[in-house]
Amino acid sequence: MNLDAKIPEGSLEQKWENFKKTAKLVNPANRKKLEVIVVGTGLAGSSIAASLAEMGYQVKAFCFQDSPRRAHSVAAQGGVNAAKNYKNDGDSVYRMFVDTLKGGDFRAREANVYRMAECSLNLIDQAVAQGVPFSREYGGYLNNRSFGGVQVSRTFYARGQTGQQLLLGAYQALMRQVGKGAVKLYSRHEMLDLVLVDGKARGIIVRNLDTGVLERHAGHAVILATGGYGKIYYLSTLAMGCNGSAIWRAHKKGALMASPSWIQIHPTSLPQSGDYQSKLTLMSESLRNDGRIWVPLNTGETRKPNDIPENERDYYLERRYPAFGNLAPRDISSRAAKERIDAGFGIGPLKNAVYLDFAKAIKEQGRAKIEEKYGNLFDMYRKITGFDAYEEPMMISPSAHFSMGGLWVDYELMTTVPGLFALGEANFADHGANRLGANSLLQASVDGYFIAPYTVANYLSGDIHTGKIDDQHPAFDKAQEAVEANLRKLLAIAGNKTVDYYHKTLGKILYDYCGLARNEAGLKGAIVEIRKLREDFYKNVKIPGDSITMNSELEKAGRVSDYLEIGELMCFDALSRNESCGAHFREEYQTAEGEAMRNDAEFQFISAWEWAGADADPVLHKEELTFEVLKPIVRSYK
Amino acid sequence: MKLNLKIWRQKDRESQGKLVDYVLEDLNPHMSFLEMLDTLNERLILTGDEPVEFDHDCREGICGQCGMMINGIAHGPLQNTTTCQLHLRSFTDNETIFIEPFRSQAFPIKRDLRVDRSAFDRIISSGGFVSTNTGQAPDAHALPVSHQVTEEAFDAAACIGCGACVATCKNSSAALFTSAKINHLVLLPQGKEERQERVIRMVEQMDAEEFGHCSNTEACEVECPQGISVLNIARMNYEYNRALTRRK
Ligand SMILES: Cc1cc2nc3c(=O)[nH]c(=O)nc-3n(C[C@H](O)[C@H](O)[C@H](O)COP(=O)(O)OP(=O)(O)OC[C@H]3O[C@@H](n4cnc5c(N)ncnc54)[C@H](O)[C@@H]3O)c2cc1C
Ligand code: SF4
Ligand code: FES
Repeated sequence: MNLDAKIPEGSLEQKWENFKKTAKLVNPANRKKLEVIVVGTGLAGSSIAASLAEMGYQVKAFCFQDSPRRAHSVAAQGGVNAAKNYKNDGDSVYRMFVDTLKGGDFRAREANVYRMAECSLNLIDQAVAQGVPFSREYGGYLNNRSFGGVQVSRTFYARGQTGQQLLLGAYQALMRQVGKGAVKLYSRHEMLDLVLVDGKARGIIVRNLDTGVLERHAGHAVILATGGYGKIYYLSTLAMGCNGSAIWRAHKKGALMASPSWIQIHPTSLPQSGDYQSKLTLMSESLRNDGRIWVPLNTGETRKPNDIPENERDYYLERRYPAFGNLAPRDISSRAAKERIDAGFGIGPLKNAVYLDFAKAIKEQGRAKIEEKYGNLFDMYRKITGFDAYEEPMMISPSAHFSMGGLWVDYELMTTVPGLFALGEANFADHGANRLGANSLLQASVDGYFIAPYTVANYLSGDIHTGKIDDQHPAFDKAQEAVEANLRKLLAIAGNKTVDYYHKTLGKILYDYCGLARNEAGLKGAIVEIRKLREDFYKNVKIPGDSITMNSELEKAGRVSDYLEIGELMCFDALSRNESCGAHFREEYQTAEGEAMRNDAEFQFISAWEWAGADADPVLHKEELTFEVLKPIVRSYK
Repeated sequence: MKLNLKIWRQKDRESQGKLVDYVLEDLNPHMSFLEMLDTLNERLILTGDEPVEFDHDCREGICGQCGMMINGIAHGPLQNTTTCQLHLRSFTDNETIFIEPFRSQAFPIKRDLRVDRSAFDRIISSGGFVSTNTGQAPDAHALPVSHQVTEEAFDAAACIGCGACVATCKNSSAALFTSAKINHLVLLPQGKEERQERVIRMVEQMDAEEFGHCSNTEACEVECPQGISVLNIARMNYEYNRALTRRK
């Protein structure tokens, strides 16, 4: 298969302009004849659905929550990046491009990354116009802070609820179009399959989660904006319903999956406290601006943190990475934490955490200042743990957080299935092997507001004579029958273990063998274990109830059955990449000091995997990466 | 610890519901309230019963999807805390806990503890937005907005749309929710343009959804997880009357 990324001609600065200049348009009279299906109402989904409806297309929007406003974008705390250079500290589109490409360890496309940085300028304008209350300085202008992995202040934020406020902006734009009848909204509907007619994406099969009824929806194009699948690890910072099912079912219909094993493990979440635990709450990375990370210098330390004197503490990030210190990028910080924890220096009841200490910041800036910056995070910490972080250091630990991998898309955000687009976290495009903090709210938003409106129109221009897509086409019958059969199959197993048991077991395998550190033997073993677990699932899972009423367990079972396949692909992906880059750290490929060793000569490509059937190994395709502007260098944060 | 639960079970919108007793033992006090329900469900599934349906997603207090009446209090005993952020350490050993859905004419029960809050979406779609299309925005710095106004707007915008205010109100009024959005937008210069139309449409939609009228009991603020202030309701009433007089 030839993977053509369709990068436009011209210099880096001209590529997006050139695309827009030559992209085909659809005239307003034709737009209302064209229907677009948008699955997902997070930042990416709401923004594209609203934007397309504003342009005059017929849009249907789907989400599994009971309101679009609850998509998991809502949970992003820290902020959103834009190269506005309002701080006059040397920022620019180019600088942001460099930081992002370097942060991603040179495993992303130059052209995509540059375009994201370029469009960042418009996003802030757009959000402010919608009424997003970004933090402001006393003079009335927008405030910025700096986020991990960069040396300028380009992060815009709305207290610790930036994702919520950005999403509400997009949600309100969406609801405005719903009110006008330009978007039909289907909350509590889950996509269970993609329908292809003559090789093109022409519709979806969904299940109404309140009634159990299956529905078919047809359109000229299908856009998946279904978010990340980091919940595959069970314990993660994602919401309970986050899933990989929409993209996975599209994958099985022919869309390639890129870099599935590149999952970011966030350094600052709350540690697990027991087996019953269902999620790990994120403590925003912004805390690292003022908090200092340390572990005791001695193993077996029993004193309370405040009783451990300064010279018996190991501020390991400051020690190992003096230039960036506590602001070292996520992959590096998480791995450094794991290194200390594995070496026996972990703290807390389960010895699975490190300290994040604000004593110095409180002493220097005063408690009031810290309260203003992070008050809601400190409150959240107290609610969850019962401890007061103004008085003693927080306990934090790494947790699965963001999937850099996802459906392979070209520059136009189209997958390998014509007419099927993937936006936001669901695609793999802009973050390379490691996503920089505050870049993904940005990516999800610019995909939806500023990129897909052009590229989807470019595709739809070929469909103005197609006419309405018929949902009675045999392809819809076949897809619906397959979905029904699958639901029946799951319900018929009637075993003796719950769905959560399988999800937790899979999560543990992935944390151990395909998490922060990977090696060949571990990955090979994990593939065997996952296959066994999957087999066991189809023999012994127990799902109560039926498929014709509301049934949360059945929903979960569908998602976990997909995770059991995605997990296997992740291991194949990690196994095939004999280098360390970004979040992908292969223990065999490290320097004497334990730093990642990239191998540009052999692995300067994107891995895009093709589904070859349930019993066959996946097939690898490569998209070579070329760097014309920025030559790959070794990332150093020392 | 041990808990005696009395949980509302109802098959669907039409069926009659009732409280059913469950006893859970050996619970860890650091468990969250929803993890306690997970534990119960795990047991129900394995013994061949149907698990309790309840709403939840983010489990970090921000999506607004969770929410139930716990001992008659929306989101339970802790102030400014959603159900998912509540932990068992807020209860005592051997306590009896009543768990019921958010009840209101405008929030029909779907099953067990799940209710239909789509009325909130319809209130927003009636006018809870700034009418700006993608691409129309001027530079973000074109209009300075003072720090204080932004903070006030944020305080209102922080609403998570959970519906606790409605559930706790004896009139089932949605005044706190609706006023929070109206004030978020009217405080900012970007939202001023549509000030009149917006408040009229949103208040009319709120009435059409069969929410009750606000009689200023202020119970909503007490149980709102985001601490949205009842002053928003006063401002909404001012905005509404202002709009009515100007419309004439
Ligand atoms: C706790 C947390 C904090 C974060 N903080 C930051 C931050 O500070 N800055 C930053 O830049 N990024 C942050 N991120 C990352 C960022 O929030 C996400 O990458 C981004 O919001 C993803 O947006 P999205 O639109 O792609 O997906 P989402 O917002 O996850 O939306 C997914 C949508 O798809 C729907 N959906 C999924 N599957 C189906 C299906 N099968 N059928 C129907 N609908 C479906 C869902 O209902 C939902 O509407 C954070 C992430 C987390 C988890
Ligand atoms: S005003 Fe408060 S209680 Fe009401 S929906 Fe908003 S957050 Fe929930
Ligand atoms: S589950 Fe999201 S607020 Fe409780």
